[in-house]
Amino acid sequence: MNLHLRIWRQPGPDAEGAMTTYEMTGVSPDMSFLEMLDTLNEELAERGEEPVAFDHDCREGICGACGMVINGQPHGPERTTACQLHMRHFADGDTIDVEPWRAAAFPVVRDLVVDRSAFDRIIGSGGYVTAPTGSAPEAHATPVPKAAADTAFENAECIGCGACVAACPNGSAMLFTSAKVVHLNSLPQGAPERETRVLDMVGQMDAEGFGGCTNTGECATACPKGIPLPSIAAMNREYLRAARRTGR
Amino acid sequence: MADAHSTTAADGPRETGAAAPYTDYAVGAPLVDTKAPDGPVADRWKRRRFEAKLVNPANRRKHTVIVVGTGLAGGAAGASLAEQGYRVVQFCYQDSPRRAHSIAAQGGINAAKNYRNDGDSVHRLFYDTVKGGDFRSRESNVHRLAEVSVEIIDQCVAQGVPFAREYGGLLDTRSFGGVQVSRTFYARGQTGQQLLLGAYQALSRQIAAGSVEMHPRTEMLDLVVVDGRARGIVARDLVTGRVDTYLADAVVLATGGYGNVFHLSTNAKNSNATAVWRAHRRGAHFANPCFTQIHPTCIPRAGDHQSKLTLMSESLRNDGRIWVPKARGDDRPPATIPEDERDYYLERQYPSFGNLVPRDIASRAAKNVCDEGRGVGPGGQGVYLDFADALARMGRAAVEARYGNLFEMYERITAENPYEVPMRIYPAIHYTMGGLWVDYDLQTTVPGLFAVGEANFSDHGANRLGASALMQGLADGYFVLPATLNDYLAGHWHDEVPDHHPAVEEAVGAVTDRLYALLSNDGDRTPDSFHRELGEVMWDECGMSRTEPGLRKALDRIPALREEFWRRVRVPGSGEALNQSLEKANRVADHLELAELMCLDALHRTESCGGHFREESRTADGEAARDDEAFSYVAAWEFTGTGRPPTLHREQLTFEYVHPTQRSYT
Repeated sequence: MNLHLRIWRQPGPDAEGAMTTYEMTGVSPDMSFLEMLDTLNEELAERGEEPVAFDHDCREGICGACGMVINGQPHGPERTTACQLHMRHFADGDTIDVEPWRAAAFPVVRDLVVDRSAFDRIIGSGGYVTAPTGSAPEAHATPVPKAAADTAFENAECIGCGACVAACPNGSAMLFTSAKVVHLNSLPQGAPERETRVLDMVGQMDAEGFGGCTNTGECATACPKGIPLPSIAAMNREYLRAARRTGR
Repeated sequence: MADAHSTTAADGPRETGAAAPYTDYAVGAPLVDTKAPDGPVADRWKRRRFEAKLVNPANRRKHTVIVVGTGLAGGAAGASLAEQGYRVVQFCYQDSPRRAHSIAAQGGINAAKNYRNDGDSVHRLFYDTVKGGDFRSRESNVHRLAEVSVEIIDQCVAQGVPFAREYGGLLDTRSFGGVQVSRTFYARGQTGQQLLLGAYQALSRQIAAGSVEMHPRTEMLDLVVVDGRARGIVARDLVTGRVDTYLADAVVLATGGYGNVFHLSTNAKNSNATAVWRAHRRGAHFANPCFTQIHPTCIPRAGDHQSKLTLMSESLRNDGRIWVPKARGDDRPPATIPEDERDYYLERQYPSFGNLVPRDIASRAAKNVCDEGRGVGPGGQGVYLDFADALARMGRAAVEARYGNLFEMYERITAENPYEVPMRIYPAIHYTMGGLWVDYDLQTTVPGLFAVGEANFSDHGANRLGASALMQGLADGYFVLPATLNDYLAGHWHDEVPDHHPAVEEAVGAVTDRLYALLSNDGDRTPDSFHRELGEVMWDECGMSRTEPGLRKALDRIPALREEFWRRVRVPGSGEALNQSLEKANRVADHLELAELMCLDALHRTESCGGHFREESRTADGEAARDDEAFSYVAAWEFTGTGRPPTLHREQLTFEYVHPTQRSYT
């Protein structure tokens, strides 16, 4: 099939960007969206033009590296990552807009590549259990109720791609942050740091310049891993509880 | 087209393609001291840990350790070393340490906990791993791996890794990869992700505390060796293009495997061999490069645009039946092919194991039927994995509970519904058992340079068992390296290396010259086109089965391709910004060298063992025939120059506890 692509090109963080049009012919419906971009990039490189820069790595929907807004939707029309989106979901002759994540806390590095290091700093502020190597008790010393283990797992599935932030009209990182808070705070292993974790992570999230949450719910709709929207409410509950207990 | 670009930028310090192919090698001194203590195998690790020298806690912050890579091995090592008090400087090419390719491992992690009371033990895991590796691994190392496996589970649970649990709140385990005990711990189909996030979180804590200086989007391009010791790396900031030197007291490579030499593999797109290959060129021996593992249950390629291959858990073979049509070129829809015109070839050839034969056997059998012209799907490169019987027997709900997420993944990629039509599968390159040679302390032949995880060769012999990669990565990173690195650092107080030291300037110069050569070449072919071509040569001649004529052909072709690469490659853009074409070209250049060593190693090892199948070496019934008399050794190759015959150093393997037997699955 043939496609009209309009792709955001921006040479660097401080440079002006613009939508640039490319015509693609002979696109196979079995290609993934990124393989379609690979094909475009091969054509550009053969012509001596610079390929479109985009983050990608595992191409199995698990590393969280890829992410772009396709026709206004993070990761495009299917509920999956851009690497697992296939061209059969588009029609011959379609015009497709491709843009980077748009959020104040995710500055553009180049073309479709953004800087998501704010996520790493949120995790570093409290998204862990302090358990230095070698200090662990026998694994069966603390049974974990299956329901708690399942809740933890459901939230631990987050791949840190940033689609939730890109989808949110406020550029909020509440879904991302709450996924880690709920994962660790659901488990007995996470209990000793339960209060400091949520207070510090929310503090870091705010300091990074993410917007506030107004319960729009776009984040959970865009999330390729199905992180549940109620995790945000759970984190708010944890936050209030922690603020009350610690007086912070 | 080629003739239009006859000029070459082949001068200068940069290595170029060799004129004449080599199929020969020199033999050097054997490697005799692996530093493994003697005595009963079960006491060796205890003894080594006790005998290893310690560094005074107050002195640890005066030592800097570089860790390259943030997968299971690198992430675990960085966090653990920082917890001990060392100053860690860590690198990854991804935008975040959380994205390393360990994240894509699905199945699980083995540990000899014996929670099932089903007869498992450290000794049994040790035994299974040595045997599964087809008797080409070191007993001392494998026993240590089995010992440490139990501590890994404790550590990960303490970190909050959400393993699958029973209703009583205890950990669930399953049997994996045809093993007779249930020793595999898992977190649905995302065990690698959960374990990696555990290590990443521990690492993040150290980054926030200032104990680890993290450099994401930064790629190691060379090793700095001063007075015979590894003292640093040269790395390029992928965003600004800046090339910098980072100096340290020791360097740890946790940079993964080299499966992407084949272009199409289940590795991440950017996984590459540059760090290990550059270290090899600086003196680290490369061990058993021809030991590569092919996974039988991957989704076949859909066309020339294919960028990588996706693996599906081999647990699918527990209930799916593998078949192809009996007749060649039979392209009827599978449902219309009558039962008596189907060949369930694994069940026919291996009646006792059937569809559950080991990975290498299942892969070769698939290749054989496709080579006979009986393959299915595009290009005839696929076989059916059929769940019709399982659906009839268990019902759809039960199949969905067991394999629902895999069926969804398959349908998303192929647009075919496996509840209605059989899946199509084909083998793909998945893991590399070979890697940098390391001693018992995980130190390479360059003092001060260590290799952990898939980057080293150590524990899997000629074939890795399922759910053992995660175990080895974390064993190396959390427990082995932190103990052995102490010993090295305690024994070596280093003077500071000045920035203008000749070794530093030489390494930086070589890196910048090479980048300049790539950027300034007046070529007409993309880096990717060379990668694809190399991948085809490697898959055809050094893939699932290997022959002497085929390997010789590859050894002719690869130097020519390398020469053509340096003559015709075209890299648009500049070196002073994010330039993914430049990154790619630089990696492909190293793949073009490593590929040659892989083929030579495969040519010299005239036996079949594990993932290495030489058609000339098989038993009467056509199975792989090992030659213990001639090849019971690790082949460690020393670099002597690009395109020059390398030197082979043999490390003889002895088996005191697990006696070599021929594998048989018929």
